[in-house]
Amino acid sequence: MKTILTVDDSASVRQMVRIALTGAGYAVVEAGDGVQGLSVAKRQAVNLVITDLNMPNMNGLEFIRSLRQLPPYRGVPIVFLTTESDDSLKSEAKASGATGWITKPFKQEQLLAVAKKLLG
Amino acid sequence: MSENTDPADIFRTEAAELLEQLETALLDLERAPADSNLINQAFRALHTIKGSGAMFGFEQVAAFTHEFESAFDRVRKGETAPDPELIAIALNAKDFIRELIEKPEEASAVIGMCILTDLRKLTQAPQAGAALAAVGPEAAAPAPPTSELQHWRIGVRFHKDVLINGSNPLLLLDELRALGDCNVTVDCRDLPDLAALEPAVCYFTWNVELTTTHPQSAIEEVFVFVLDEMELKIEAGTAPATEGRPAVATQEPAGEPPAADAAIKRGGKEAATIRVPAERLDEMMDRVGELVIAQARLSQLAGAGASTNGVAEEIERLTSSLRDAMMGIRMLPIGSLFGRFRRLVHDISRDLKKEIELVAEGEETELDKTMVERLADPLIHVIRNAADHGLEQPEARIAAGKPAVGRIRLVARHAGAEVLIAVSDDGRGLDAKRIRAKAEEQGLIAPGAPMSEQQLYQLIFHPGFSTASVVSALSGRGVGMDVVRRTIDGLRGSIDIASEAGKGTTITLRLPLTLAIIEGLLVRVGDARYVAPLTSVEECVELPPVVGAGSRGRSFLNIRGELVPFLRLREMFGESGEPDPHQKVVIVSHNDARVGLVVDQILGGHQTVIKSLSKFHADVASFSGATILGDGAVALILDVPQLIAAAQKREAHVNSGKSEAA
Repeated sequence: MKTILTVDDSASVRQMVRIALTGAGYAVVEAGDGVQGLSVAKRQAVNLVITDLNMPNMNGLEFIRSLRQLPPYRGVPIVFLTTESDDSLKSEAKASGATGWITKPFKQEQLLAVAKKLLG
Repeated sequence: MSENTDPADIFRTEAAELLEQLETALLDLERAPADSNLINQAFRALHTIKGSGAMFGFEQVAAFTHEFESAFDRVRKGETAPDPELIAIALNAKDFIRELIEKPEEASAVIGMCILTDLRKLTQAPQAGAALAAVGPEAAAPAPPTSELQHWRIGVRFHKDVLINGSNPLLLLDELRALGDCNVTVDCRDLPDLAALEPAVCYFTWNVELTTTHPQSAIEEVFVFVLDEMELKIEAGTAPATEGRPAVATQEPAGEPPAADAAIKRGGKEAATIRVPAERLDEMMDRVGELVIAQARLSQLAGAGASTNGVAEEIERLTSSLRDAMMGIRMLPIGSLFGRFRRLVHDISRDLKKEIELVAEGEETELDKTMVERLADPLIHVIRNAADHGLEQPEARIAAGKPAVGRIRLVARHAGAEVLIAVSDDGRGLDAKRIRAKAEEQGLIAPGAPMSEQQLYQLIFHPGFSTASVVSALSGRGVGMDVVRRTIDGLRGSIDIASEAGKGTTITLRLPLTLAIIEGLLVRVGDARYVAPLTSVEECVELPPVVGAGSRGRSFLNIRGELVPFLRLREMFGESGEPDPHQKVVIVSHNDARVGLVVDQILGGHQTVIKSLSKFHADVASFSGATILGDGAVALILDVPQLIAAAQKREAHVNSGKSEAA
């Protein structure tokens, strides 16, 4: 079973992501900010990371950069959540090592399509 | 949070928290308008509400918040200063968002428009007309497949970092294959010698021949995430294809367009969720783990017929630490509550034209979740009274040699198994004489009855006392205060009042740490056992035999020179049979009133898990709940405030009976 790490400070978004992904047969682990996200990622193997950019403690960009520097996470797809108004962040996130993005607000099907695209 | 919790409910809880953060930030901004941290904090809260709101069907919330955010963005960029006027409107806007979330059917669109107009006027933000479109779900559905078959030649070459950044070219090629009839050839010209090969680098170029009914945009969409890091050549088999990149990220069909004006229905149930720090759960898991081991040991020993004393002790220790861990999970810092009061004081101070400073201390003090929620109302009453009636007008304060700015201190701290929450003002203080006069006039106390100051102060919580006719120096203090008393009693707490004329008043609420488990004193009356909450027990004495044989009339004990009325629980509970020869008296107190409870036997301390009484028994006054004893029997928990009230009533009855006889 593939494990997906979802990092978002909004519990409702995490919940929605979890419902969608577990319903599609993925295992989901969660973290509320970048710092927690890193510690989860170090503790267990994750096949895909979905992270918000706008978070307290450690923001998404920094989280993506730090994660990418961990040898086991070279090559693991990292998707960030963004809004249309934050379009400028997109290239910055990509430069930080992100694989793809999902534009908020999104529907469950969009989320699953991205997971499928990156995990097969 | 269970798997099935509706995300919309979580959103409501979350939005409530975010709105509180927003409010705190806004109120702080009033004092420190240049603090960019605060501005960012407020902005982030708005941003999250907007983002999540749109996802869970709160379109109105998202649209409004978006406009709010745009206006506030100018503050963030330093183009507008957060002056008091702007903050007042921002606070209104925040309230409106809460209304949109909680009672969308009552929220008036007109009010929303007015707030936004004000906000825009102050920030001179350009009319954000496109805002609504920006927050609505995007309708950028991929074009439907055209019916004609088209042949495409596609060249795919990735930058060498593509693998490290998490994209998998093979999956993308699989996606292409899914679009139609597909033939993929790989070009490995660039592949270096094995010695020079970098395993994380992608050296290949692929050439794809695809025959499909999908348009070119569908092909480009396959590579949407990597378009910047690759060379993609798409040539049509017949007509020359135009180079171009799609402007939007991948989108599924948007489905049915959500009706923006559809009323957002709020579920009837409250979202009862709680956020728990992970380490507390870990701690609890550790304990549970130990408990499982202890249980295994117990089974083993029991099977072997060996002594189980050691394991019993182990399990006892584990149970109590598990209980503590569990209670820890239910604990919330009281700061979340205090945050609301800053707004309250802000509003009151504006309404009353008094300058008031609210100082909060001990915000990290933790309290049972239920308690925190139920404390909100009584504290609002106490603070409102302090601001309204305790603090004088600025002129009067200056005349009395005090600073013009009145100060209300809100202090929470732990004291043993209790939490103390004190609200003090530096206002005019309570006037015991006036309270006595008023109470005598209203017939609450007998004229000239001997009463301590504390007892007189407690009268302000009397329902009959809270009338508007109470004037001047006392000026209505007590309005709504009976609510405070009732709630605190319901939480098994008590209220202390200290006051000094001209210096101020302090009202201290004493509350047990949790509602679920108490330390109790187990007693026996006749054949039944009862539990008295240990926090209200002052002492236990033996019933002197002379009094023991006394009549049903007035019963008093002399406790170190003070007369304490007592109740014979045997009589109250209708126990037949002979009382024990040496009856005991448990002296209990509540809000400075004491009463003795005569029981047959004191059995000792008891950890009491409180179970509430059934609906049928909810009206039984003498008991606040029940608990299950170690032997499986049920013991009722004595409701001390009610028993004290019953004793006082009886005393009053005996008194009036006497005066009639006289």
